[in-house]
Amino acid sequence: MAEIGGQMINARAVQLSAEIISNKKVGAYHHMVFAVGEVAANCRPGNFVAISVGGASSSLVLRRAFAIYRASLRSDGMGLLELVIAPQGSGSKWLVAQEPGDRVDLIAPLGTAFGIPKEPINALLVGGGYGSAPLFSLAETLKARGCRVDMVLGASTAGKIYAPLEGKRSVNSLTITTDDGSAGIAGRVSDVLPNLIAEHEVDVIYSCGPMAMLEAITLISQKADVLHQCSVEESMACGIGVCMTCVLPVEGDDGVIRMTRSCVEGPVMDGNKVLWNKSREIPDGVWGK
Amino acid sequence: MSINFSTSISGAFFANPIFTASGCAGSGKELSHFFPLTSLGAVVTKSIMIKPRSGRATPRMAETPSGMLNSIGLQGPGIDLFLENDIPWLREQGARIIVSIAGESVEDYAVLARKLRNVAGISALEVNISCPNVENRGQVFACNPDTASAAIAAVRRNIGGELPIIAKLSPDVTDITTIAESVISAGADGLALINTLLGMVIDTTSMAPKLSQKTGGLSGPAIRPIAVRAIYQVRAAFPKIPIVGMGGVTNGRDAFELVLAGANAVSIGTATFGNPMAAMTIKNELEELCEARGFTSFSDAVSYAHRVEA
Repeated sequence: MAEIGGQMINARAVQLSAEIISNKKVGAYHHMVFAVGEVAANCRPGNFVAISVGGASSSLVLRRAFAIYRASLRSDGMGLLELVIAPQGSGSKWLVAQEPGDRVDLIAPLGTAFGIPKEPINALLVGGGYGSAPLFSLAETLKARGCRVDMVLGASTAGKIYAPLEGKRSVNSLTITTDDGSAGIAGRVSDVLPNLIAEHEVDVIYSCGPMAMLEAITLISQKADVLHQCSVEESMACGIGVCMTCVLPVEGDDGVIRMTRSCVEGPVMDGNKVLWNKSREIPDGVWGK
Repeated sequence: MSINFSTSISGAFFANPIFTASGCAGSGKELSHFFPLTSLGAVVTKSIMIKPRSGRATPRMAETPSGMLNSIGLQGPGIDLFLENDIPWLREQGARIIVSIAGESVEDYAVLARKLRNVAGISALEVNISCPNVENRGQVFACNPDTASAAIAAVRRNIGGELPIIAKLSPDVTDITTIAESVISAGADGLALINTLLGMVIDTTSMAPKLSQKTGGLSGPAIRPIAVRAIYQVRAAFPKIPIVGMGGVTNGRDAFELVLAGANAVSIGTATFGNPMAAMTIKNELEELCEARGFTSFSDAVSYAHRVEA
């Protein structure tokens, strides 16, 4: 039986001081670009970064994790890493208040990446709120493999939909849902998924967003018998696999359900292997309960 | 000129006085991605129990001003898989190893000590007694002199040989020197000071405790003055007992403060969550600081704040 901690952190992870190249407010979010050199070439859709926040004398002691929106190594050797940040807590508010020229301590890339099929398939990408961030680079990668890529983005309200123009170009269709009906279809992404799956003969769903949304998508994917790769969102303290904070119950390849670190064995996981539970209890059947 | 930066805990030698703190570095695998584990004085492994443990439900963590609460619940593979996988791996790295153990009964500690007594390559044993005692209404071993000494005595009886036993104490007691005295009498060769303090955060939006277990252990710079006080008090009462100090150390200055209070080694915990290289930075800064203060040997700096000026 595999031990806990058997999985290593992303072999390409590097800690570096990254200069902020730009910082722009986009709707409810901030789009920030960092100079990371050759590290950019090692980032895959689904990977995340962990950033130290608050400065040297900060009372904020924990690293913050952010999904990579896009990463590119330019021909002149300039490596850029882009994030979409929702300024919700004190750490992300500090980060979006930093200016171009400032530097941050950043570890990248971390975590697992979305699996890319070898054959052209029909993919449906589903994002909730700023969970759409990693999906646009994923869409480009899938497109380059000849896949059909449809996208659904949902949020509580129009201002919280993150869908930049250049991102929209890489998808065959984009469906938007908002809880308050201020943009697109009034409702949730789960309301529109069954029809889209049938209409586009979807083979794989890729998703990123709040846990309740991922759970709902898992149920739909199981009914429709399509694969579901999801990027989970558990709060982390370190991002590198030592704090044991960001765990969730996941069934391993050996059939054993373990409390699994989403920073090392995720954030991208097989939705069907996750025991989604909102109760504040360890589910029965988990190893070591 | 460089100083003699080595230290020893009851006969166990360490090339430098910076250790990881139990539960803050797993078994070292992740940190080895950032630096060679041989550059640490020792890796103190996550407290291991007899059986595999799932740990507690999430949320397990809440950030607090200059600190954090955790209620991980000692998630781990259990002693057998630990000995099969983690120890050989650590030995391959050439790391100095301090194994931390935790039990729910006095007998658990005895069993764990017997499992470890003939394991090669271990420098010392940390006995984490800040766990609920299932035989005593869940009261934490470390919070009562009798249960604290019973756990340590069980390890002492079963460990055999010359493996130093380090008792890790909780600061959540009226008088930490009383507990220190009881575990020293029971056979502890050294002390680890301090474990986390019990704390709680209530989410004012959900209007419910933030952690699934309601309470959690407070760590980070917020508790450093408590660590300094506890180490200073215990050092004053026991001038010779080896002390591994820990509690909110973030830089070399903080480590030096614990050393001056009486720590023979300093463990780095929560700082690693904020910066995987924290232990290395702290090690370098501490060495420079000892040198800048005129010490030629690290051991001369230990307990220096207790000196009586002529």
